[in-house]
Amino acid sequence: MYKILKAEMLAENIYLMDVEAKRVAKSCLPGQFVIVKMDEKGERIPLTICDYDREAGTVTIVFQIVGASTKRMARLKAGDSFRDFVGPLGQPSELCKEPLEELKKKKILFVAGGVGTAPVYPQVKWLNEQGVAADVIVGAKTQNLLILEKEMEAVAGNLYVTTDDGSYKRKGMVTEVIKDLVQNQGIKYDVCIAIGPMIMMKFVCLLTRELNLPTVVSLNPIMVDGTGMCGACRVTVDGQVKFACVDGPEFDGHKVDFDQAMKRQQLYKTEEGRAYLKEQEGDTHNGGCGNC
Amino acid sequence: MEIDVLKRVPIKEQDPKERATNFEEVCLGYSAEEAQGEATRCLNCKNARCIQGCPVAINIPAFIQEVKEGNFAQASRVISDASSLPAVCGRVCPQESQCEGQCIRGIKGDPVSIGKLERFVADWARENGIKPEAPSEKKDKKVAVIGSGPAGLTCAGELAKMGYDVTIFEALHEPGGVLVYGIPEFRLPKQKVVAAEIENVKALGVKIETNVIIGKSTTIDELMEEEGFDAVFIGSGAGLPRFMGIPGESANGVFSANEYLTRSNLMKAFDDNYDTPIRPGKKVAVVGGGNVAMDAARTALRLGADVTIVYRRSEEELPARVEEVHHAKEEGIKFNLLTNPTEILVDENGWVKGMTCVKMELGEPDESGRRSPVVIEGSEFEMELDTVIMSLGTSPNPLISSTTKGLEVNRRKCIVAEEEFGKTSKEGVYAGGDAVTGAATVILAMGAGKAAAKGIDEYLKSI
Repeated sequence: MYKILKAEMLAENIYLMDVEAKRVAKSCLPGQFVIVKMDEKGERIPLTICDYDREAGTVTIVFQIVGASTKRMARLKAGDSFRDFVGPLGQPSELCKEPLEELKKKKILFVAGGVGTAPVYPQVKWLNEQGVAADVIVGAKTQNLLILEKEMEAVAGNLYVTTDDGSYKRKGMVTEVIKDLVQNQGIKYDVCIAIGPMIMMKFVCLLTRELNLPTVVSLNPIMVDGTGMCGACRVTVDGQVKFACVDGPEFDGHKVDFDQAMKRQQLYKTEEGRAYLKEQEGDTHNGGCGNC
Repeated sequence: MEIDVLKRVPIKEQDPKERATNFEEVCLGYSAEEAQGEATRCLNCKNARCIQGCPVAINIPAFIQEVKEGNFAQASRVISDASSLPAVCGRVCPQESQCEGQCIRGIKGDPVSIGKLERFVADWARENGIKPEAPSEKKDKKVAVIGSGPAGLTCAGELAKMGYDVTIFEALHEPGGVLVYGIPEFRLPKQKVVAAEIENVKALGVKIETNVIIGKSTTIDELMEEEGFDAVFIGSGAGLPRFMGIPGESANGVFSANEYLTRSNLMKAFDDNYDTPIRPGKKVAVVGGGNVAMDAARTALRLGADVTIVYRRSEEELPARVEEVHHAKEEGIKFNLLTNPTEILVDENGWVKGMTCVKMELGEPDESGRRSPVVIEGSEFEMELDTVIMSLGTSPNPLISSTTKGLEVNRRKCIVAEEEFGKTSKEGVYAGGDAVTGAATVILAMGAGKAAAKGIDEYLKSI
């Protein structure tokens, strides 16, 4: 069992938990992920590592309610436990592998969308610890859905926050901020790391390709085991089939087939939607809601 | 009970029509009387060829004689001396090409039903509470076993019997490896059989730590240098599923057999009380002809689909066990033999809508000795489908080999290990099972686990 030491709601439907998992905390690096399973009957859910404390032996995860399993998971409190918590999975971020001298010369831009802010945070923090100040754009639908702003502010170089509806700071999409920084202000970035909803990563990549800005994305496709055994997470990168769990989760964003990846994400949408409604409405639900 | 010495005592099975709609076990096993009757057919050969046909060398005539006399507890002890997982082997071993394939009775008539007798004895022992005992004498040496499938469980069990302090590390959340995620409930009940056999291994003193991925959570070098393990056995299994590389393979509705079976077996997607979804499909094609293909096909059938096996060679070359093919046919699985897919057809939303195939004919034998299939020109046709399950075997997982200093792999990326005792290129590290051979059978993995236990024992005595 893996004990939850802290559980808090960061924003509507977005939760943060510190979980005791000594082996993971000892060996994980930014960019990697874990798989959690709350109880015997739960799903195996892949979640990017948001933070870790090697001494305390804890790993921080952030997740959003998207279906029945995550809704059940959100009810867990400090003192409760996950039945299973395994990792770290996937390859660490490329940045962690680069010689520090090279890294220090680079101008790095992070683009975080929604709950994707969580996996961006440990990378920015890690760079900050190495003495590298990276710029960060954080986008949220609306102010209430913005997470980790203070934490990010403490470790980022420049932080640009934008909301789709203009309820907080700038109004507009993250792509508009990228354009503003690169085209209007003339900032020359060497690399962009974009993590967020698939559709956001797709449009960031379309733009950065035009801007000639190399871009890395972190994919979170459907997975089961997370060790390469099932192949559910396959994505096409540069015309080749890759398994996000062992080859990724980070890939060259300009080479990812996003349209296919987005279609594959829909695979269980109906099943998940049904399970969610069954849980919310019990026997009263008769499928007439139009959502399932 | 009357026995025809040329014919085996028939075994009770669930009716094909009924079992096609449930996940209960197909074979119902012998009663004590039936088992004793079948046991009388054994000639108790002096030079028993069946023992040579068994990868773990169970003293088959000896246990069958005990069954004949009704000494089932003693029969169980004879088997346990050689095998840690008899209830599993009695169900999933390819006996026709091993022990039973060697049986003298088989020259004229049916060979003795060795597998079914083994199963009877193992089930009887479990139902009567017979458990192996941990050895009283402990040795002051620690062994790490990677993977809790057939190779790992066997190696761990053997080493524990010798008194070593053994810990198994399992990547998934349940121990059992392929016995849990791969082989379906209707062939190998998880709670009743697999969990019970794992409990027996634990009763010998073996510890199991789940949710540890060697190569990620920790490494072999760290286990040996920091956690004080004196030797390591790698039984990490087969690895990454293969796909064909044809157009449309990433469409929604194309699954690897590993994914389809893992969802159903390990995650229990067939049971509404579990959260994991599965898309059973209505018209399903399973591409491949091995045991895994049969398992996937029969699982899809039980989930309500109309299922066709698509295999590029003829029935004779099907790598699956004869019994599995026979059961699949009885249950209503269709076989499209000498057929090879060339493209998966995809609708505008990215979902499978069919598959283009070509007919094949058999040409000259290839290096495996099997006649290789050749495309018949102009034979192209389409199948209408909503789901395709690819069951084409696996390639090794690089997680361990890429993170362990000095561990040699071969051209096919399998770990190199000496056949006799499983010794690898790294001192104190042994390996066996699919991680070494590529995808094979449960019993071969068990044989390798047993051999490696001997090798590890020799090694630990020498240091």
